[in-house]
Amino acid sequence: MKQLVVVGNGMAGVACVEQILKHHPDFEITIFGDETHVNYNRILLSSVLAGEKSPEEIVLNSEDWYRDNGIRARLGVRIERIDRARRLAIDSTGAETPYGKLILATGSTAFVPPIPGAGKKNVHVFRTLDDTRELIAKSRSGLKAVVIGGGLLGLEAARGLQLRGCHVSVVHLMDTLMERQLDRPAGELLRRKIEDLGIRVLLPRQTQALLGNGRVDGVKFASGEEIEADLVVIAAGIKPNAWLARESGLEVRRGILVNDYLETSDPDIFAVGECTEHRGQTFGLVAPLMEQGKVLAATITGRRGPVFTGAAPAAKLKIMGVEIFSAGAVDASEPGVEVVRYEDPSLGIYKKLLVKDNRLHGVILVGDTSDDRRYTQWLREETDLAPHRRHLLFPPPAADSGLEVAEMPGSFVVCGCNGVNKDDIVHAIHEHGINTLAELKDRTRASSSCGSCSGLCEQLLRAVAPEFEEETRTTLCACLPFSYEQLREIVRGQQLKSVQEVLNVYGNRKGCEVCKPALSYMLDMLWCGRHDEDRSARFINDRVHANIQKDGTFSVVPRMRGGVTSPAELRRIADVAEKYNVPMVKVTGSQRIDLLGVKKSDLPRVWADLGMPSGQAYTKGVRMVKTCVGTEFCRFGVQDSTRAGIELEHRLENLFTPHKVKMGVVGCPRNCAEATVKDIGMVGQDGSWQVVVGGAAGKSVRKADLLITVETTAEALDACELFFQYYRENANYLERTYDFVERLGIEAIRKATVYSTDAEKRKLLERLRKSKAIAKDAWLERDTPANPTQFVQIEPLETTCS
Amino acid sequence: MLINFESRWTRIAPTASIPPREGRAVTVAGAELAIFNLGERFVTISNQCPHQGGPLCDGIVSGAVVVCPLHGWRFDLNTGLAVRASLPACVETYPTRVEDGIILVDVAAARRIEPNEAVA
Ligand SMILES: Cc1cc2nc3c(=O)[nH]c(=O)nc-3n(C[C@H](O)[C@H](O)[C@H](O)COP(=O)(O)OP(=O)(O)OC[C@H]3O[C@@H](n4cnc5c(N)ncnc54)[C@H](O)[C@@H]3O)c2cc1C
Ligand code: HEM
Ligand code: SF4
Ligand code: FES
Repeated sequence: MKQLVVVGNGMAGVACVEQILKHHPDFEITIFGDETHVNYNRILLSSVLAGEKSPEEIVLNSEDWYRDNGIRARLGVRIERIDRARRLAIDSTGAETPYGKLILATGSTAFVPPIPGAGKKNVHVFRTLDDTRELIAKSRSGLKAVVIGGGLLGLEAARGLQLRGCHVSVVHLMDTLMERQLDRPAGELLRRKIEDLGIRVLLPRQTQALLGNGRVDGVKFASGEEIEADLVVIAAGIKPNAWLARESGLEVRRGILVNDYLETSDPDIFAVGECTEHRGQTFGLVAPLMEQGKVLAATITGRRGPVFTGAAPAAKLKIMGVEIFSAGAVDASEPGVEVVRYEDPSLGIYKKLLVKDNRLHGVILVGDTSDDRRYTQWLREETDLAPHRRHLLFPPPAADSGLEVAEMPGSFVVCGCNGVNKDDIVHAIHEHGINTLAELKDRTRASSSCGSCSGLCEQLLRAVAPEFEEETRTTLCACLPFSYEQLREIVRGQQLKSVQEVLNVYGNRKGCEVCKPALSYMLDMLWCGRHDEDRSARFINDRVHANIQKDGTFSVVPRMRGGVTSPAELRRIADVAEKYNVPMVKVTGSQRIDLLGVKKSDLPRVWADLGMPSGQAYTKGVRMVKTCVGTEFCRFGVQDSTRAGIELEHRLENLFTPHKVKMGVVGCPRNCAEATVKDIGMVGQDGSWQVVVGGAAGKSVRKADLLITVETTAEALDACELFFQYYRENANYLERTYDFVERLGIEAIRKATVYSTDAEKRKLLERLRKSKAIAKDAWLERDTPANPTQFVQIEPLETTCS
Repeated sequence: MLINFESRWTRIAPTASIPPREGRAVTVAGAELAIFNLGERFVTISNQCPHQGGPLCDGIVSGAVVVCPLHGWRFDLNTGLAVRASLPACVETYPTRVEDGIILVDVAAARRIEPNEAVA
């Protein structure tokens, strides 16, 4: 058996070993890695920094993988020297490992420009898991962080730190961000989007020194300007890690020189990954490295033949909502280059193609990168664009999208990050009976890194998997082209706290009467009331906490828990009605009293005189709990429905919901308060309660489904709460419980609520309690208005005599 | 188009009395106006929706458009025209400016673009 030694336990080296294993070679493999971790997905360090993924989640090859494949992994051990004459790799422990063949996969290291002060404490680079862990440990809410370098890596680092609560500034030498990949208009759009995220962008700034006594406390620029900094990340570029090869006497320029077979100047030594230089090109992204790995695997196992011919430079930013893609040439002034452009400033979309000799020469996409794959393929295969000329900027009409995947050659690389091609995916689908994207990710790793190929993977699933279940997605509105699920994910993941922030970064900045209230609800629910409330994004009812009527006046419905009132309350209501000349006083269908026709400016005084809390009759929230008299007076009663109803109302009142929530509690199955046609109902039985959900008695009538039968009132109330919070978190805005229950199915809802694990139930209830703790009676704004003119009409400072 | 050239700027209120992206009603010289804070500027239209008199000041603002709270008609705050060419409706607009932190409206210079003019 031959000894194969791999120096570097990173993405390219290990991917190459995986390819080698496919050839069932006669090798005994040893991998040296000077990081102490098993091979992980370096690309996702940005997600780890941002808190979107844990370090465990980005592992690519577990310890089992090394063991199962008989690979000796020497982790935390660095190769210091290669004795080519004796064919020995000498490591940091002094041990000598003989090799028959050796692969250099040493990657690259962060480039730190010679800035005075770069050695100070709290100055970091961002390359390894250890770097990332240190950054996470040091970043704190309110910390001032400065990222030097406005390229891909710098921007991702900046966003990650910001999501951890730091105040982040990005400084960049050039006057546009990512200037090597973007033209000026694209760079401008990118700057705007980054600033919209709340990151300060300083351009152009030449960093002259890092200030501070031992520990960094500021950054000084060549202009003389200084800014404060508690933490500095240098992301000024990378350089191939070629010192080992150089000292071993291999031919090295910027990187280790390799030919099309990935051979170096020594016939027994090969190189792969970012440490290489091929035809004058060095690398910074994984896709071409995966290609290299496949070629080298053939070369080294005696199947020399396939060649690596290089790759057009390509870059894609992984900041959610800031979609940037660039590949190939950027310079449009080259002779013979035609430009094809598309721009939608309000949605922040910009697409530009450079075409030369009817071949794609370069591409820049901002705001919509869904077509990046098509362009990458055109670039790589130098496709003749003549037949595509009418559809350059958008794919041809959807009818043939299935055709598109059908026509793709089996070798077409679907997932560039992990080097998975169409054949791999189709085989996996057939072999393992895969039906969902999640399973596909698990099996093939496709779409598990940057996620940009998930659309294509879904298309393949649709075409090949017999029972592919498509997630039905409805987008909210044209301002914000995402589904509710995606939006919840975005808001949570990106820590967005205000409606305008969401619209600025992910939408058209304007919003409308559809998305603004929906987003307001979502933010309130997701952050349990700890969001930045923006009343301008609310419907008028929620700005003044009353229901607007056809003549512009408002109706006032005080809360009357369980429909129970008192003579004193009734007297106050009567007094208010007279004092404010309320045109109509009406008993509602929900056991409450409605005062109709109140002027906006009278609202605060009406509420104060009533001295009763808001009944939320104007909003998508907890309306009422209608009760019957139950055991207290009724001769049929078997449960105390009135007390249970009042308790239920106390527990949920003042909370907001996707649509209004009406409830009912009855003391026996005679159902006098119609609990079985309410959103949530409790039906008393002898010795138990039935909790029912999803009833309706509106435009259509629907009998509620049984959620659970329980013995005690306490259990029944808990079951109501579980369903209530689950509905809050998972329904689309303006989706009533009866649509929600039909959409998900009562079985699924039971499993997710009353029959879920204790831990899950506890979490649901904790979030409910957290929201409830901060929810208050909206009518208290009579004393502390949200703004000085919330209820009052503006009086002009001067009157004009007419 | 109908323009009254006799200008009569009236000092209305401090800019701070209208939160960003909200509107407020004010009655000046017998006219009920809705003033909106669009962030970088203020605009004024007549407060009454031509549909059924809905209070436009209470509408949700979408860019430079206000959506009537009653039935959702939409009006361009720059021109006063209903958005959507098929809807032949409009409201008056009034010149508005800010001076020393005070919003001023020229009540006499109401401008009304008749929908057919715009379509033509
Ligand atoms: C934060 C971040 C985000 C990124 N995002 C993307 C992206 O979105 N898309 C993309 O395509 N690419 C991205 N990249 C780049 C991508 O991670 C690299 O292209 C890829 O990891 C290179 O693989 P490699 O194996 O050549 O080098 P590496 O993954 O760096 O592996 C080299 C390994 O060799 C070890 N080593 C070096 N010298 C020795 C020695 N003498 N002895 C023992 N071990 C040694 C190193 O410690 C290292 O572990 C990103 C990189 C970073 C840091
Ligand atoms: C009581 C009477 C009416 C009610 C309750 C009413 C209600 C509504 C509602 C709710 C909308 C918004 C629809 C949407 O957002 O898609 C609307 C839009 C519209 N209505 Fe009416 N309407 C009434 C009378 C009329 C009349 C009499 C006309 C025409 C002569 C009319 C013409 C329109 C038009 C053209 C629109 C579209 C406006 C736009 O979306 O910009 N409506 N109406
Ligand atoms: S539901 Fe039963 S307990 Fe309640 S009032 Fe009717 S008969 Fe009495
Ligand atoms: S009153 Fe304005 S839309 Fe009906």
